[in-house]
This record gives sequence, structure tokens and C-alpha cells, in this order.
Amino acid sequence: MTVTALAADTFDPASVVTHDPVVRVEAICKHYGSTEALRNIDLQFERGKLTTLLGPSGCGKTTLLKIIAGLVPATSGQIVVNGRAVTGPGPERAFVFQDFALMPWATVLRNVGFGLELKGMAAAERNRIARRYIEEVGLQGFEDKYPHELSGGMRQRVGIARAFAVNADVLLLDEPFSAVDEQNRRKFQEDLLRLVEMERKTFIFVTHSIEEAVYVSDRIVLLSPRPGRVSNIIDPRIDRTANPDDIRRDPGYLDVVEEIWQGLRHYAE
Amino acid sequence: MTMFGYRIPMMASLIVWALVWEIVGRLDIIFLIPPMTAIIAAGFDLVQTNSWQNATLVTIRSFVIGMALAIGIGVPLGVMMGRVKIIDNIFGLWVNIFVSAPLSALVPVLMILFGMGEATIVVTVFLFAVWIIVLDARAGVMQVPSSLVEMARSYGASQATIMRKIILVSALPEILAGIRIGVIRGVKGVVIGQILVAVIGYGELFELYSRSFDMERFWALTLVLFAAAMVLSAIVENAEKRIEYYAGAR
Repeated sequence: MTVTALAADTFDPASVVTHDPVVRVEAICKHYGSTEALRNIDLQFERGKLTTLLGPSGCGKTTLLKIIAGLVPATSGQIVVNGRAVTGPGPERAFVFQDFALMPWATVLRNVGFGLELKGMAAAERNRIARRYIEEVGLQGFEDKYPHELSGGMRQRVGIARAFAVNADVLLLDEPFSAVDEQNRRKFQEDLLRLVEMERKTFIFVTHSIEEAVYVSDRIVLLSPRPGRVSNIIDPRIDRTANPDDIRRDPGYLDVVEEIWQGLRHYAE
Repeated sequence: MTMFGYRIPMMASLIVWALVWEIVGRLDIIFLIPPMTAIIAAGFDLVQTNSWQNATLVTIRSFVIGMALAIGIGVPLGVMMGRVKIIDNIFGLWVNIFVSAPLSALVPVLMILFGMGEATIVVTVFLFAVWIIVLDARAGVMQVPSSLVEMARSYGASQATIMRKIILVSALPEILAGIRIGVIRGVKGVVIGQILVAVIGYGELFELYSRSFDMERFWALTLVLFAAAMVLSAIVENAEKRIEYYAGAR
């Protein structure tokens, strides 16, 4: 597939060089029975950057994310995190779920501190940390509420606070805003950019929204479906110092969106 | 319910039926139905008799042991069936057959196996109660969102921790609903078992009263049993309500 470079730089996947790869995906293949979900995926994810896996449904982007998380075993290939090959979930990676995955019987405070609870941290200590992150995502005052008392947007804030609380190097976000309404989604995207800047963590983000991908990403990995392969890698190079509304009207931003859409449109037909 | 603008409490219908019963009883149409007041008076007499107290003790003991076994075996089996496909395949058919089978028909067989004593009653209570407990525990475990399990795994939880902190807690509403229905079935089991065995507990009393046409005591004993079953069910229901705040919200 060829994509004409517009405002963005496009790369041939094989020639992508990254400097400080925290996560390396090496020759990952995944089969479900006779179905081939992912074919020979090679990717590197840089520290402090947000990389988006973008593609039409069925391209295996969530599967790839779950393989990186260690939740789904790969058929072949390996995942290297901080220089070590990993086979299961680990404390250096934290996952944010599309459906929030909050325990309905636990308060916001306990949900946010759950990752720490599983590590065996004492209650006082983990509640202190949980409170800090609850505040950071803007939910102070809701510590003792239950998930069903919160809106969808607030629930995902709890999910994000939980992932931050364990202080992992790598944050894996599986379509985190798809179950959130449009107004909240925009606010979320802005908050996410702020968090990427504040916490020097590696973000791997899965979405099917082109606009969302271009708006939040340092790098976009385009996957093609059946079987999932890396079809293109795009660095949007958006100037994020501008205010959010200007970014969304910026010709460079719109050109990248258009370019990606042209690359993906034949899958939609 | 409201009638002619007045709120009528739920218990009112009971009073109406008790009144109808009383009238029919007073009319002396059929000896099977003595007046309600006489039944209640007989009830007060009954609970003071030695034979009733002994029978109650035996009945409660069989019931408690049978229920403890049904819960102790039923909940773990249901949870395992919900989690492990092969266990589900092995037991699923049997549980579904037994949950709707006319178990009373088995009691004579149980008498041969376990004798004419308490053991048979315990087994009867167990068999009446256990299947629905298994099925509900299984259903509860099956509905645990897989993303919650993945979430716990991604934060490093072991299988045992996932079971304890996610699956059992998440399935608790269904498990308790199963236990509540199991308790009601267990009451049936203890009475039917005792009646068929006919030489112990309430079965002996029922046998005695019905053979001697002592209808007042017969009905008094029945009312005591009904009340006991309702109270037991209410206790479990109350426990269910305490965790409803999340059961209704998921």
C-alpha cells in the first residue's frame, strides 16, 4: 500500500528506528484455530511517547494490545519489555479497559487502589496513593461512591487512575473512550495529552477513530485486517502547544486525517 | 394496595382468608376444617408438648446438616462448573435432570440405603436443596464479566486471588438466590422425608394426628412449618438485600 506524504512523514515499517524502545514487538503471529489474526508484527514503542494502533475492526489491534499486556498468548514471536522477554502480565505494564472493568461492589477508592491491593500493599499506603491519583483525574469527592453512581466518563477516569496508581512504565489503553459520550471524549483526549506530558510513560493506545488517533498520537501504526499486518506508520507531528480547538481546525491535522482515511477507506467498502 | 382510598397492608389478605376459614370452620361443614381459632389454640398447646419439642429438635438437626452439606458441596460444584468446561460437561446433564426430578419418589430407595432414621432425612434435605444451589452458583460465575477477570490478571492476581476477590464476590447475588430457593426446597425435603419415613420428627407427628383425625393439631403443625419456611426465606432474602446495591447496578 502506498500513501502519499502530505503534512505527515510516512515511513516504511521496516526502516523505522526508535531510540529508546521500552516495548519491542518481535515477529508476533496469532492464530485462533485456523483463523490468522496477526501476521508477523514488528514494532517498537518509545519511552514517553503515545503510539496508537489504528485500523478497521477485525485488524487485530485489541488482540495485539492484549498480547503486549500478556493477557493473550501469541502463537509465535515475542514481546520484550525493558529488555526482558515477557510471557504474562507484569507490574511494568498497566491496562485500561474499554468497558472500564470496575468492580461494582467496590468504592472508587478501592477500585483505584486495587492494583496496589493485589501487590500486597498495606491499606493506609495504598489509599494515600489512590487518593492522589483520584485527584489527578479530577474525581476528588467521589472516593466513597460506587461505580454505578458515576457517569461513563467518570468511570473511565477511575480506570485510568487505577492504571496510573501502580506506577507502570507502559500504559495500554484499549479503546478507552469508545464507551464515553462525545463531549466527554474530547475532554478526555485533552486530559490524556496532559497526562502523557506529565508522566514520562509509554502509552500504547488502541482506537478505531481516525480523528482521535491523529489528535493524541506521536505515532500512528495502521493495521490492515485479515490477517492483521502493519500497513503503515505515520508520525502526525501536530503542534500541541496550540489550543485544542485550533488543533482540530489546523490544515496539517486535517490532512493527516484525510490521508489515513484514504488509506483505510477501501476496507470500509 | 389501596381500596376505597385506604392503604391496605399486605398482611390484610391473610386476615381475610383466616376469617373465611374461621366461618367455614364454625359452620362445621367438614371435619377437615376446624375453626381457625381452635387451630391457633391447638398450636399454643402443641408447642408446649414434649413430643413437639423433640420432633422440632430432630427436624432442625436434620435440616441444618442437610443444608450445610447442600451448600458446602453445591456452591463449590456450581462454581467449578461455571469455570471449568469439562466439569460442566460431566455434571451439567445430571444437575439438570435432578433439579426437576420428582425426588420424593427416591425417598423409599434412600430408606433402603440409609435406614429408617435421620440419615435418610439428611440425604433427602440435601437432594432437595443442592441442585438449585449448584445451578445458581454456576449461573452467577458464568455472568462474571471476563474483563473483570482480565483486569485482575493484568494487575498480577493469582488464580486463587481472582477466585476469592473477583469471581466469588461477583457471583454472590446468584449464589445467595440459589441458597434461598435451596432453603425453601430443603424445608420441603425435611417434611416429605419425615412423612415418608414416618417414624421420626414431624413425620411421626403428622402421621399421628392425621390417623387420629386430630385436625386442629394437624393444621397447627402445618402453620408452624409454613411460618418457619417463610422466616428462613426472609432471613436469606435479607442477606441478599444487603448486597443488592451492586447487584442491581451491574
